[in-house]
Parts: sequence; C-alpha cells; structure tokens
Amino acid sequence: MAGDRAAQLVDAVRSAAADEQPLRLLGAGSKVPAAEAGHALQVDENRGVVDYQPEELVLTARGGTPLAEIQALLHQSRQQLPFEPPMIGGRGTLGGAVATGWSGPGRPWRGAVRDAVLGVEMINGLGERLTFGGQVMKNVAGYDLSRLQVGAWGSLGILLSISVRVTPEAHAERTCQLECAAAEALSRMRAWARAHSPITATCFEGGVLSARLSGMAESVAAAAERIGGEQVPDSTLWRDLRDRALPVFASQDGDGQRLWQIHCAPAAELPPDACLVEWSGARRWWRTDARVEDVRAYAEQAGGVALPAGAAPRFDSPHMARLKRAFDPQGLFNPHLNDAHPPQ
Amino acid sequence: MNESKVLQELQRALPTGRLITEPAAMRPYETDGLTAIREMPWAVALPGTEDEVREVLAVCLEHEVPVVPRGAGTGLSGGARPVQGGLVLGLSKLNQILEVDVDNCTARVQPGVRNLAISEAVAEHGLYYAPDPSSQLACSIGGNVAENSGGVHCLKYGLTVHNVIGLKVRTIEGDVLELGGKGLDYPGYDLLALLCGSEGMLGVVTEVTVRLLPEAPQKVVLLAAFSTLESAAGAVSRIIGEGVTPAGLELMDQLTLRAAEDFAGAGYPKDAAAILLCELDGDATEARALQRYAVRLFEEEGAYDVQQAESAEQRERLWAGRKAAFPAVGRIAPDYYCMDGTIPRASLVEVLRGISELSERYGLVVGNVFHAGDGNLHPLILYDANQEGQIELAEGLGREILELCVGVGGTVTGEHGVGVEKLTPMCAQFNAAELAQFERVKEAFDPARLMNPGKAIPTLTRCAEYGGMHVHGGELPFPNLDRF
Repeated sequence: MAGDRAAQLVDAVRSAAADEQPLRLLGAGSKVPAAEAGHALQVDENRGVVDYQPEELVLTARGGTPLAEIQALLHQSRQQLPFEPPMIGGRGTLGGAVATGWSGPGRPWRGAVRDAVLGVEMINGLGERLTFGGQVMKNVAGYDLSRLQVGAWGSLGILLSISVRVTPEAHAERTCQLECAAAEALSRMRAWARAHSPITATCFEGGVLSARLSGMAESVAAAAERIGGEQVPDSTLWRDLRDRALPVFASQDGDGQRLWQIHCAPAAELPPDACLVEWSGARRWWRTDARVEDVRAYAEQAGGVALPAGAAPRFDSPHMARLKRAFDPQGLFNPHLNDAHPPQ
Repeated sequence: MNESKVLQELQRALPTGRLITEPAAMRPYETDGLTAIREMPWAVALPGTEDEVREVLAVCLEHEVPVVPRGAGTGLSGGARPVQGGLVLGLSKLNQILEVDVDNCTARVQPGVRNLAISEAVAEHGLYYAPDPSSQLACSIGGNVAENSGGVHCLKYGLTVHNVIGLKVRTIEGDVLELGGKGLDYPGYDLLALLCGSEGMLGVVTEVTVRLLPEAPQKVVLLAAFSTLESAAGAVSRIIGEGVTPAGLELMDQLTLRAAEDFAGAGYPKDAAAILLCELDGDATEARALQRYAVRLFEEEGAYDVQQAESAEQRERLWAGRKAAFPAVGRIAPDYYCMDGTIPRASLVEVLRGISELSERYGLVVGNVFHAGDGNLHPLILYDANQEGQIELAEGLGREILELCVGVGGTVTGEHGVGVEKLTPMCAQFNAAELAQFERVKEAFDPARLMNPGKAIPTLTRCAEYGGMHVHGGELPFPNLDRF
C-alpha cells in the first residue's frame, strides 16, 4: 500500500539493534531540529490516512501523515482534531504531534493530545510490531500503553499509526476581546472556569484578554453579550497561538532573554513581568532574563514546572528509566532523552 | 514463609483491630462485585495512614506475600478478588478529603473517599466531580483510578483518566511516585495515564487530585421511542456526528425497557423496540438550543414519541428506569451476568443481531442496556445458577459476545476492567509480543510480581491453551515456547 513503510522501519530497527546503532527519529522537522548526534531515521515517509469514517468520529493515520492533510480531510466533513496540535510553519505530522504531546489553545475544554489518542501501532526496541488500544472511546483492556506514547518523544518506539478521536466543528464560533490588566485577566479567566459557558479557549497578551466561544449559535451570541468587549467573528489569534506564530514566540532568545513555558496551578500568581497566559491560567509563556533558578523557583511555588519553550523533556526518573528499558532495552530510540544513555 | 512471624510484623505495622485473620471477619473480602468468583484471603490489612501502607508493603515485599489492593469492593471483574495466600490491602480507612481548592477547581483526596462524596463536598461551590459510575454511592476514587471507571456522563465529560490530574503512588519497593499536580500537563512519560486502569498491579494509589467542573445550570432529559432497533442506532450515530454531544446517551432494548418499566414505573413506552435516553446540559441558552436540535433530529430519524423532561423531578423519573435496569432484569431470572464490550457505533446493529442469534443458540435470554454514545455495551445474560451447566453456558455465551466485539474492531472491556473475569478474552485481543510488553511494563514497577498477581494480563500459557493466540505475519515472537 502506498505510504506504508512499516516493513522497512521494522528492518531499520532490527539492523540498528544488531549493529547497536542508536537512532534519532525524525519526522517533518518542524519541532525537532536536525540531529546533531546518532543515526537519523526519517519516519515521516510512512504516511497516509488508513481509516476515516466521519460518523464514528475516529481517524486512523500513519505517523508521518502531515497534519495539514488530516485537517483538510476532516474539514470536508466539518470535523476537527480536538487537541489542536501546533503546525509550526504550517508543517508537522500526526506522529510528531503525538510524540511531543503538545496541545493547543482548547486543551482545558477539549482535552489534551493524550485524551484523544485511542490506540497506536508501534515498533518497540525489539523490532516487534505491537498494537495497543483501538478505535473505540472506552477501552480498559490491558495497561494503557497507547496514551503512554504521548509526550514520550519517540523514546519508547516508532509510532506506525495512531487512532484519534475527532470532534465535529462547532456550529458557531466567535471571539470576544477586552482590554484589561494581567491580574484582572487571570481573575476573569478563573471566574469563567467556574461557570458553565461556551468558552473553548482563553488568552491574555499585551493588555488584551481574548475568549473563544464555540457552540450553538444562540448560546454563543448570548455568552458574547455577557462577556462584552469587542466581538471578532473570524479571529486568526487562535490559529497563530496554536502554531506558535505570535510575535512572542518569534523573537530569538538573546540578550540573556529566554522564552519559558510554564505549566502550573491555573490560579497561581502571575510572574512579575509580562507573559502570555492561556488555558485559563494553566499555561504561561514567559520571556525573561531572570536566572534559570529563579524561573524554576517561580514555577515550583506556582505548583508546576518550567521548560525552555520547545525543548524536549528528559525521562530520567528511576521508573521512567525502567519503562524505557521495558520498551527499548538496548536504548536505540532517541537515547539523548534518557539520562541512562547520555548524548554521545 | 513463617506465617506467624509475618503476621506479627504486619500487626506491628498496624493499629489494633486493623489486621483481620478470622475467617468469619474476612468473609466480606472474599469477593468484589463479581460475586460468582470467591477466594478466602490469607489476611486483610486496613491501614489508616500512608505510613502504614508503606510498612505493610515492606513486610509483604520482604516475605514475598502477594498484595491485592481493594477499594470499596464494587468492581465487576474480580480485580479485587483475593489471591491464594495473599494479603488484601483494604484502603477504605484512607478516607479523608485533604484539600478542596476552589480557585483552581481541584480536590485532593485519599483513595478510600467515595466517588459521590467528592461531589457532595464541593457542591456548595457549584462544582462537581464528573465521572459517575453506577456504583458511585459506594465505590471509591482509588478503585475508580484502578479501573479507569466511566459512567453515564463520560460521553461528554470523560473517564477517570480525563478527570484525575494528580496521583501519589506507593510502589511495593517503597518508592513514592508524585504524578501530575494542579496544572494540566507535566513533562515526562505519562505515568498518570498508565496508572489509570492498571488494576492495582503497578502500585498502591495513596492520594488522588481530581479536577472539578462547574455544575451545568440547565439539564434536559429526552426519551425517544423507536419502532426498530436500527432506527434507534441510526439516531445515535447522527446525534453524535452532528456535534450535539449529549451529557449521556443510553439505549435500552425492548426486553430491558419492559422489565425496567414494570419495576420502576418510569413511563417508558412498552411497545417500543428500543428507547434512547438523552441528557443535554449547558447554560440555559445552550441547553435549550441543544434540546430543540435533538428533538428535531430524533423525529427525523424515526422516533414516534419524544418525551421532554425539564424539571428535576421529571428527569429523575426518566432516569429511574435506566438506573433500575439491572435489578429489574434480575427479577426475570434468578441470576444475570453483565458483560462490558465496546464496539464502533457503526457496528451497533450488526452486533446486536449477532447477540440475539447467540442468545437463541445458547437458549439463554440476553437483555441490552448500554452507553450508546460511546458504543459501550452491557449485555445482560439471564441464567439460573441452580440449574446444572447454566453458569458454564452463560460464560460461554459471554465469551462469544466479547469475541464478536473484538471481531468488529472493539474491545473486551470498556469500563469494568479485565480482573480475573476477562483474562481469556484478552487472548483474542492481544498477541504474545503485546502480552510480553505488558509484562515488562509491570516489571518496571513491581519486579517481584507481588502486586495483584494473576489479574488483568493473561499468561502466554493460558492463551496458548485457549487457542486464541494471534499470529502476526506467520511468525510467533517466542518460537521456543511450547504451545498446548
């Protein structure tokens, strides 16, 4: 079948195992820079939608399938990926979206990448093709090894195909924008989180608080009236926020400034200087020249963690190292992400 | 094992009265909600603090005593059934709500807290905990995590895994895993998702942080009656596909709806081939818009009668029949066996037909009531345990129903878990390499294999005996293993 490179990828893994040659897995290269070490294995030629039945609200596609292709296909049936994966520079694959686990602006309302993943077919470090989960919404047969792949950055195996839940597009959508100070924006976001409403995304940046409303036309209109401010029918804000195309993401690190991504308790106090706040407060993008220790201390007292924007996490706790060995005993896949296998 | 020495050590780890060894006192722990399968525990420990949990686990590790964690014992797959010579670790005394954080919409609770008790404790703030398994009055949040429990409303609000944002887990080796927190995403492997539904085989959950949702101000329940099962199934696909996600969407077939009506007097139309119960919620405008949309849609799909319940009292009445469905069916026959397969929605009609054929072949009546929106079937097989051979017949029929589910791309358990009940059907769903991968994952947390042994993941030998082992590409991953 066109686009099916599973057999070649199995061969590649088995040869790598025989040669003890670690592999750097590469997709479209939109999120991960080209490999500086290790043998690069291009996995995005394994591509194509395998199964999509709009009435089931489930799509199965090979890992290398471009997100743009999936979105165009879903849009024909007025459906979408609920987790709104970033398409940086318009690029990115389904496998990359799942491997990084980066969720978009609707995450608190529409769920994370992992919430939408129903099943995967993968190759583990023994070169075995394994299937976990399936195409149905509820499934508690065996350990949930498909959700475990989300955010694992390919370090547990190569994602051959992934089944995800998709959702219908909203009947109506509009954006409300209010000018206010940061603290007021956060307190409004928290108040909205505590009441039922058609809000499906929030963002504060540069003195403007934005809320996306999605749902039945009548209720979107009524909620927009309640929220007030300026109404924008087709805002590009959410796409640009999703794709990390807003100016705050574009400026290069320099002058001691660095962009941090902070996941924390949503109501926690904001950092001392300006930042972009989304997810009702649960994710903050903070460009600062503060010392690394100070940023980490801030995140910790806010009940969360700070990561340099775009950076891969490390999987170095003892149990994560054991899990790594459970899937990939030789440490073939992206070994630089696991402390037990430091970069060469 | 020097039993009296081990008991002495356990006794030292626990306050007086919290180690049970008298057979009469251990009888309630012989079984969980799957009462057909029983085993007397060797002993039962009821720790009241996390330290006591740690000490009990340490004693068990040292003396290689198997540990079966247990919540409220309401599980339906035998996941908390004792194992021979093993300790039952009852977590019901760890029952404190540690923190309600209204600003962040979270609650941090101990594992023995009852599911419904969380919603009751936060109701004054207009918040609630969404997953609502039918046993929510009794079942504990720790058990919900172990089974990744769902419930009627998980169609819109998700399963346990979607609503738990933090866990504290104690492994048998004494390590503490602090997973997640009050934020949404934390870097690293998603151990939280892995622990959800792991049936107590990886560690003991000692704290759970859940996200709380705002109570919807407006709710409506619709009852749509259909003269064919096909049209009811068609309406299910359509309403989900059009973006009107109901909070709950339940289908009952004629046998079940009649039994429920006789039992509860909910006002169900007894001539219907099937009814749908559909709950819609939102703010007032949203709920009303959804209601108009759904009523029109049901009528277009052939519903000959649509009842609309808006007041709390009317809604309760319509739900009463659904909630009474299991006991109501239980009145028709001395025993029933509740199954739990999940299938793609498009296969609903095909699978229901298949079930009806199987039912005829086995000579046992099957009622169907299920979470239609997510394709989670609960066929109820009626039988009489006092008639020789009927238990085996019911189990055989149940197994064939699950194979039917797997055959259309579904799964052997949607929300009840594998436990001891569905070990054999698991062989139809996973091949040897996949089962071996499960085993290695378990080893990463429990190398001594003492946590709830013999549950959830069948051994390769069992699958070989069953003969259901898949062979991918003509190649067995373990060619040197004997096949029986």
